[in-house]
Amino acid sequence: MAVQGVLANRLRSLLTMLGITIGVASVIILVAVGHGSAVAVQQRIENLGTNTVTISPGGFGAFGGGGAQRGTQSAAVTLTKKDVKALQDPSAAPDVKSVTPVVEGQSITLTYNGASYSPTQFVGTTPSYAEARKTPVQAGSWFTDGDDAGHNRVILLGQTVVLNLFSGQNPIGQTVKANGIGFVVAGVLESKGANGFSDQDDIAIAPLSTTQDLLTGVSGGLSQIVVEAKSSRRVNAAEAEVTSILTPKHSSGGSATFRVLNQASLLQTTSSTTHTFTVLLATVAAISLLVGGIGVMNIMLVTVTERTREIGIRKAIGARTGDILGQFLTEAVLLSMAGGLLGVAAGLVGGRFKIVGVQPVVQLYSVLLAFAVGVAVGLFFGIYPAKRAATLRPIEALRYE
Amino acid sequence: MERRRRPTIAFQRVSKSYGSGEVAVHALREVDLVVERGDFVAIMGASGSGKSTLMNIVGCLDAPTRGRYLLDGIDVRGLDDLELSWIRNRKIGLVFQSFNLIPRTTALRNVELPLIYARVGRQERRGRALAALEAVGLADRIEHGPQELSGGQQQRAAIARAIVTDPALILADEPSGNLDSASSQEVLQIFSRLNVAGRTVIIITHEADVAAHAKRVIRLSDGWVVSDTRQSPLAALPPRFVPGDLTVEASA
Repeated sequence: MAVQGVLANRLRSLLTMLGITIGVASVIILVAVGHGSAVAVQQRIENLGTNTVTISPGGFGAFGGGGAQRGTQSAAVTLTKKDVKALQDPSAAPDVKSVTPVVEGQSITLTYNGASYSPTQFVGTTPSYAEARKTPVQAGSWFTDGDDAGHNRVILLGQTVVLNLFSGQNPIGQTVKANGIGFVVAGVLESKGANGFSDQDDIAIAPLSTTQDLLTGVSGGLSQIVVEAKSSRRVNAAEAEVTSILTPKHSSGGSATFRVLNQASLLQTTSSTTHTFTVLLATVAAISLLVGGIGVMNIMLVTVTERTREIGIRKAIGARTGDILGQFLTEAVLLSMAGGLLGVAAGLVGGRFKIVGVQPVVQLYSVLLAFAVGVAVGLFFGIYPAKRAATLRPIEALRYE
Repeated sequence: MERRRRPTIAFQRVSKSYGSGEVAVHALREVDLVVERGDFVAIMGASGSGKSTLMNIVGCLDAPTRGRYLLDGIDVRGLDDLELSWIRNRKIGLVFQSFNLIPRTTALRNVELPLIYARVGRQERRGRALAALEAVGLADRIEHGPQELSGGQQQRAAIARAIVTDPALILADEPSGNLDSASSQEVLQIFSRLNVAGRTVIIITHEADVAAHAKRVIRLSDGWVVSDTRQSPLAALPPRFVPGDLTVEASA
């Protein structure tokens, strides 16, 4: 009976379903977009190495890099190789896997064969940087601890640097000059892409000792110490150990003069931010679902008015209030169910395309939820028209023309 | 007092008024009426005489303002919605002037409808609906929708729908009002036949020609019963009954 009612007016049924369809599809797609962007942000952060704790000098809250200069600003606050040694003590820091000192050179110009380029980052470090910062080479090889100990002039270049200095030539084995001093290119780093703020491929990496010797001077402190924990679960333990080792060495007036940045907690913060974003998107979509439900109510009310006489006939031949109620409710639910199914299909198809640069990740829960809510909305908004139909008095309904 | 068979309809001082006080309209005034089982009654009156109100009350579509109405021995006063649905479904078969078949629904489905509401199983439902359609000579048009049927055929489908639940009373409101004279005769013959088969029939009409088919004629005016004439005895055949095969008649 209800199926007949839906089929009797195909165009109208289709238009009614469209409201629910759009609502369900937009919930699915927007949740997928929200989730997709969360995944993208997470990946970028994970590129920095999630198992790491970064220590930088300066205790007064200012956020950001540029550690070398900051070291000179706040007097006597420097991280040194002694700190690195201290952190490498397995008994004091059992959860630490590796400790990587980092110095960052400022405004260093690389030249090769007439071309010159200044990478945003010039990093002096040790080979453990490769794993801690997830920076493997694509071609060539990482320099060794021996290179560092021997103050060898070798260098690794990021893709952007290679692009700017070598026009299509293989850079490995070539000599580039950094502020006039020759370095042999040992390898080219794998591309990491942009992390939203800066180009991560705009980088040059040389051994710590060489960089300190030749570019920033022997006396300069470390810009950062990157501590890698043994596993992602032990990051917080490693952070506590690092803090307890360094605090006696670096503090003034009771407050620490170094900062510890935990990548895992950064990840947590961002994922809660992106979660909020997803919820916001889903709310907008849910509103459109609600509007779709009102569409169902509107059409059902029109249908009830239009079929008043039919309802009167049915009642006159013995239909109970419940029979009529059931019939119209079933019609409303059928409409919203068909609309919901179409919406799921549209959502799944729409979720395959990139939307404003984000690859949506369709979530099963959002599909089920959107469909269930769509049907529930139809049911809810079908109740009033169905009730109105069911409580029509047969004598008045029969008189209706 | 002699114990009699319970009548199909018993009105005891039934009144119906709309509005109240000075502006009250009295559609029925203290009507006493008894219709015995197996009778064929025509209720006549001009428009505004109260015959539609009477029909609505008899059909349990409306309730009297005062008085008692027993249908097949059941006092319908104070019945709730569910019980009234049951009464309308099982005790009364309604036939309307404008046929009132459900649009876009086949004759068979239309006839099955009261049985669906009576929760009769699919098999039995179909059998009974087919039998009812057979009885009104419409067995060959069961899969046609109302829009594909002539007026006479639609009214016959409506009669089939009225008799399918085997009700105590068939109540028809101007059943031939929208039909040409040939179809009218056809439909009135069906009512006569149903009466011969033992069913109680009440026809509401304003045409004397229609009333001539009934065994008993009751006239209403201004809400009063003004005359009550028996044209032929309760046990006799209806006055205009023509024995013979209905389907032949229908196609003639």
